Amino acid sequence: MAYAKKEMENARVEHSAHSEEHFREKHLMLDPLPRGKMNEMVMESMHHTTWKFWVVFGVLSAVTVYTLFYSWGVMIAEGLGVAGVNRPVYWGIFLVNTVFWIGISHAGTFISAILRVFKAEFRRPFTRAAELMTTFGLVQAGFSIFMHMGRIWLAYWLMPYPNQRMLWPNFHSPLSWDLLAITTYLLSSTMYLFLPLIPDVAMARDRSTGWRKTLYKVLALGFRGTEGEWTHLRNAMNIFAFAIIPVMFSVHTIVSWDFAVATRPGWSSTIFGPYFVIGALHSGMGAVVVVLAIVRSTMKHMKYFIRAEHFDAIGKLMLIISMSWAYFFFNDYMIQWYGGDKWTKQLLHFHEAGPLGWMWFAMLILNIAIPWAILWNAKWRSIPWLISVVGIAINVGMWFERYIIIPISLSINRMPFTWRMYEPGIEIPLGIGTLTFFILLYMAASKLIPLIPVWEVQEGQMAHELKKFGRETVVTVSELE
Amino acid sequence: MATLSDLKISEVKLSTEESGKWGMVIDQDICTGCQACVAACAMENNLSFVGEEDAGYGRSMHWIRIERFWEGEYPEVKMTPNQPMMCQQCGSAPCEPVCPAFATVHSQAEQLNLQVYNRCVGTRYCANNCPYQVRSFNWRDYERPEPLPNQLNPDVTVRRRGIMEKCTFCIQRIHHAQDQAKAEGREVMDGEFTTACAQACPANAITFGRMDDPKSLVSQLAKRQGGGKHLEELGTLPNVTYFKGE
Repeated sequence: MAYAKKEMENARVEHSAHSEEHFREKHLMLDPLPRGKMNEMVMESMHHTTWKFWVVFGVLSAVTVYTLFYSWGVMIAEGLGVAGVNRPVYWGIFLVNTVFWIGISHAGTFISAILRVFKAEFRRPFTRAAELMTTFGLVQAGFSIFMHMGRIWLAYWLMPYPNQRMLWPNFHSPLSWDLLAITTYLLSSTMYLFLPLIPDVAMARDRSTGWRKTLYKVLALGFRGTEGEWTHLRNAMNIFAFAIIPVMFSVHTIVSWDFAVATRPGWSSTIFGPYFVIGALHSGMGAVVVVLAIVRSTMKHMKYFIRAEHFDAIGKLMLIISMSWAYFFFNDYMIQWYGGDKWTKQLLHFHEAGPLGWMWFAMLILNIAIPWAILWNAKWRSIPWLISVVGIAINVGMWFERYIIIPISLSINRMPFTWRMYEPGIEIPLGIGTLTFFILLYMAASKLIPLIPVWEVQEGQMAHELKKFGRETVVTVSELE
Repeated sequence: MATLSDLKISEVKLSTEESGKWGMVIDQDICTGCQACVAACAMENNLSFVGEEDAGYGRSMHWIRIERFWEGEYPEVKMTPNQPMMCQQCGSAPCEPVCPAFATVHSQAEQLNLQVYNRCVGTRYCANNCPYQVRSFNWRDYERPEPLPNQLNPDVTVRRRGIMEKCTFCIQRIHHAQDQAKAEGREVMDGEFTTACAQACPANAITFGRMDDPKSLVSQLAKRQGGGKHLEELGTLPNVTYFKGE
């Protein structure tokens, strides 16, 4: 009896030693490399530029110049007549893209602020990759919203600025709220991107020469890594992490009010605030996964930093968000249907059975069926290409969702004489242009600033350890301060 | 005495003063759908001539349109009365609060819904929020083929592209009549002038005038049995009354 007990004890020790090894292989936080080596790896991935990069960069530049800047120039010169928007569909793909890009930008803040506040440690290696998406996504949203204006050269009239005639913007208008919310979000998320970047550019400054040295010298603001500097940085980051969360929620809520406040059937829905926020997180997380998979496969040494565990963790988040989105979608339709307004009833019927009914069904498949089917499986959601497929599916699905809310819902109004379908014109190249410009900015950034927050990874590795609770070995994190 | 601040917003909006100074009555039973009002409006208000291509795309610029509907399945179709549709000059207009630039505003003096063309930046939010779909957008700078430039109305601005425009109840005529009356030291008389669409209507289906004068023809007509306003359930307080017998 005693012999058997000892055997079992031995086996358990062996097993735990094995699983400890297994843990180290699997978790970045338990697999530390020398810090100099890690810094070097990040610097090399910034310098390491293959001919493929330049080919893609060149093609995307050409496409962007033609689709975004040339087409926009044509539209400014000719008027909005070159676009497909037409009565009664006054808002078309421009606004769809605006909502879409603001949605994409939500994931960065979600990952870096909410997960930081909740101490979800898996976020450490990819916060910057996500934050860059926030800033660049907002740039595209800005492009899209300015493109849609009839007289873009007078866009500054929407700003409250002192003038002799005492003219103010109309603060009753959701578009004025939009402008303030998006500007606040762009400024705060850019600052929040910059703060955790300081120690990394300081690292890059110490390891580079030439024009890069000058650039990083300016960006690092003289950061040397003294105790006082770290304390200040930590305080600033803590303040920003908490302060930016309400900003993030407010931005997409306010974007939803553009629709919810209007009297249109299909728009006037009280659930739109949280529905849009969760939709934004849905598309944003999908985009983060795609970006991470591309970064991991194209950039050097990124396989060390971004691992299956990260895709697994984001996959779980995506699954939960997809379920929440399904709830809000159902809620929105249920309450509109129950309202019994004859125009809304007509519109709901048009959504599913109209000429673009396929889009409605595709939206449900791409946003609910595909994520639930694939993300439920822990093994599947850890495979980068498979989860990127889910990410792309979600993004297409969410784009469809916004397309259904904006141009398709606008086709049906209370004056049946004016009912008309929307046929996009120059909106399509302009939309492609925002996408390619987003990728271009991202590619440029990946070569200019460290895409991986190395200091955060190193900090996490210092604080992580394996602890045994009874028989179980658990990865834990100890407080640094 | 109750001051304005004692009143609730809904009461202010529904007070007689807000219910409209100028109004219109449209008798659909005698409207033949001849489109004379559409043409007269376009000429009076310097509307853009959009040309064949854009008109085919559905961008013809009009401040008034004649809506036609039919009932039943082909071949058993029954035409319903023609329905002229222009800005209803709402007392509580959905287009007004949503404009971020204050380009569409309520005129306190005229009780009309005005569009300040040179303040408009073209967000088109007002058009989306208009339940009557009567606001039109300038999609391009259209050329006026000869001899159309010769008949431009000097009392009305020529709008350029990228802005919203809409029916104004021919405010230039209102102002002209008011100036004339003021110079002669009297009130504007009923029937002294009318809008271009009402003037051009061969069947006299459109009547325009002061709603705040109980003796005026238009308020007498509006008081008849069977009149209705479009989408009254939205609380927009439109100033155009429609008559349609069954």
